[in-house]
Amino acid sequence: MSRASRIPLAQLPDGQWATVADIPVPADPTDHDLVLRLMELGFVPGERVRIVAEGLGRRDPLAVRVGRSTFALRHHEASLILVNALP
Amino acid sequence: MPVATPPARIALLGNPNCGKTALFNLLTGSRQKVANYPGVTVERKEGVLRTPAGRRVQVLDLPGAYSLNAVSADEAVTRDVVTGHRDSLPDLLVCVVDATNLRMHLRLVLEALTLGLPLVVALNKSDRAEQLGIAVDGDRLAQELGVPVVRTVGVHAHGARELLEQLDRPVPPRRTSPWKAPDVAQVLATQHRSHRIVEAVVQEPAVDADPSDRIDRVIMHPVWGLLILAVVLFTTFIAVFSLGDLLAGHIDEAFAWLGDAVGRTMADGPLRGLLVEGIIGGVGGVLVFLPQILILFLFILALESSGYLPRAAFLLDKPMSGAGLSGRSFIPLLSSFACAIPGIMATRTITDPRDRLTTILIAPLMACSARIPVYTLLIAALFPGEPLAAALLMSGLYALGVVSAMAVAWVLKRRHRNAHVPLLMELPSYQWPDLRSLAIGLWERALIFLRRVGTIILALTIVMWALYTTPSPWADRTGTPIEQSLAGELGRGLQHVFAPIGFNEHISIALVPGMAAREVVVSALGTAYAMEGDEDEVSGRLKERIAREWSFATRLSLLIWMVFAPQCISTFVVVKRETGSWRQMWTMGGYLFALAYLASLITYQLTKALTTL
Repeated sequence: MSRASRIPLAQLPDGQWATVADIPVPADPTDHDLVLRLMELGFVPGERVRIVAEGLGRRDPLAVRVGRSTFALRHHEASLILVNALP
Repeated sequence: MPVATPPARIALLGNPNCGKTALFNLLTGSRQKVANYPGVTVERKEGVLRTPAGRRVQVLDLPGAYSLNAVSADEAVTRDVVTGHRDSLPDLLVCVVDATNLRMHLRLVLEALTLGLPLVVALNKSDRAEQLGIAVDGDRLAQELGVPVVRTVGVHAHGARELLEQLDRPVPPRRTSPWKAPDVAQVLATQHRSHRIVEAVVQEPAVDADPSDRIDRVIMHPVWGLLILAVVLFTTFIAVFSLGDLLAGHIDEAFAWLGDAVGRTMADGPLRGLLVEGIIGGVGGVLVFLPQILILFLFILALESSGYLPRAAFLLDKPMSGAGLSGRSFIPLLSSFACAIPGIMATRTITDPRDRLTTILIAPLMACSARIPVYTLLIAALFPGEPLAAALLMSGLYALGVVSAMAVAWVLKRRHRNAHVPLLMELPSYQWPDLRSLAIGLWERALIFLRRVGTIILALTIVMWALYTTPSPWADRTGTPIEQSLAGELGRGLQHVFAPIGFNEHISIALVPGMAAREVVVSALGTAYAMEGDEDEVSGRLKERIAREWSFATRLSLLIWMVFAPQCISTFVVVKRETGSWRQMWTMGGYLFALAYLASLITYQLTKALTTL
């Protein structure tokens, strides 16, 4: 899959499966620990994810299924994760 | 070389939601000691278990942690304990993992293995894994990890058998190596290894077949989800007040009968007065609310263990952000409806310190169960025989508390605009609440309440009775015995403060012991009116006396006072402990008192003006 088709998880359509492509080192150093924690919770390249519910805000928060777990993420965290949408 | 011996001290390590606490309860039963780790507001739970060979083993239940690379105070304590920087190192680490979600939980085990402590893996919830068609090859897992693996079911009476047998076997010596925070490459490598092991040892149906996503689509839907939440909360409060009222009626009758029976059999005198008017009249008035409190806790415990509450928090995240809070404040605030103390302690899960402080300061505005006695009594006196009006007013009082709390939060947070605060909240898989855990939880709540009734409330009731029966040395020998008593003196003094908001002497006096426990306001009034009544009226209902003797404006004013007033010493103590600051404690007390006085003043003066028109 080409790099061009990567989108932030925050832009993945509701209900569509995707695989995590990358969690790039964030530009803002304060997000560094956040990225580590996301990886520890299971957001690692190759893992299947999808958005199961959207909060009342504009896609904030998002309920994200990752593996056997579901996590509520804010738009900001979900923007740090790049995914490839699965057909 | 030291001789290998079985462990004498073990520690339970695991992710939040791995069922660790249920397993800890099963292992240690009632032999538990709950305290705080010195210097931090993190709970330290320790207990003792007995192995099949009859040995006693100390069990430490570590705070739930996703990782040793800590981001919260809880996780930091767990890291410090297993790395030997706090407490002494345990002889054996029991890593509790959720067998239905090894993919997520195994990572922490791999991380713990690098510490060099002897380790056993407990595949918890293994019964549920079976039901879901998830097969975990325990032998293969033990081989891959090089440590023993046992199956446990924290919610079954015999669910810890394999683990207990394991604890009689000698443990290898520890070869501790210092822990270092991992970098991105190490985290990815550990995850990679974890996933490889999971693929080798776990056979499970595809994730797509998991029904919880389908449930989530409805439960967390912006429209249906909120509708369901409204129905859930409404049902809870209906149950508390209708079912609770029914049961309370029986208790009330029992106490009235007891009071009459004791009154008839005993000779007239101070002892009969103390028993009938002081203790039975006072304590009985509080005890009738036990059913309502337990029903509320039953709903909260059941909703929490089913996995619903975090989803409700998800739904309310956006609405609460309007007040400057996040969804994480929802569960602490909901618990505060039962009692502010567990609610304030539950704020420990809020990672942002400012959010946490704001939640602590507004938690006392949620109408706790100790207010139920006062609300019920006054509403019944305001609208006798009008259940609809009573229900509406009761809902209104709850709503007033919530709306004021949100307003206060908004004011508090306005001055401190937050930087970004991540949510990262796990929405655990749905499960049926375990009846045994529910029963234990309710039993604990009932004991706490009964202990309060048997100690603080009983003691204050006797003190109040004594104040009412001891003549005041300054009284001018005119008026009723009550007016001449020490209590009457106290009431006259307090009148200077409380007359403008419509409180008579009895109310003013009752508010003093009410500082220790709100319910005592009811028992103190019960004692006062029981003392005033003649022989036939001793068992007369307090409700009817109030309806007859207090003005409409006074009843309403006292109701509003109870919504806001900072009236429970225990709450002050817990705020001081959790914030570590006297200033925050007085801030809470001060703003609540000011709100209460102002709101009651407006209510009383306005109602009086309107009703005398």
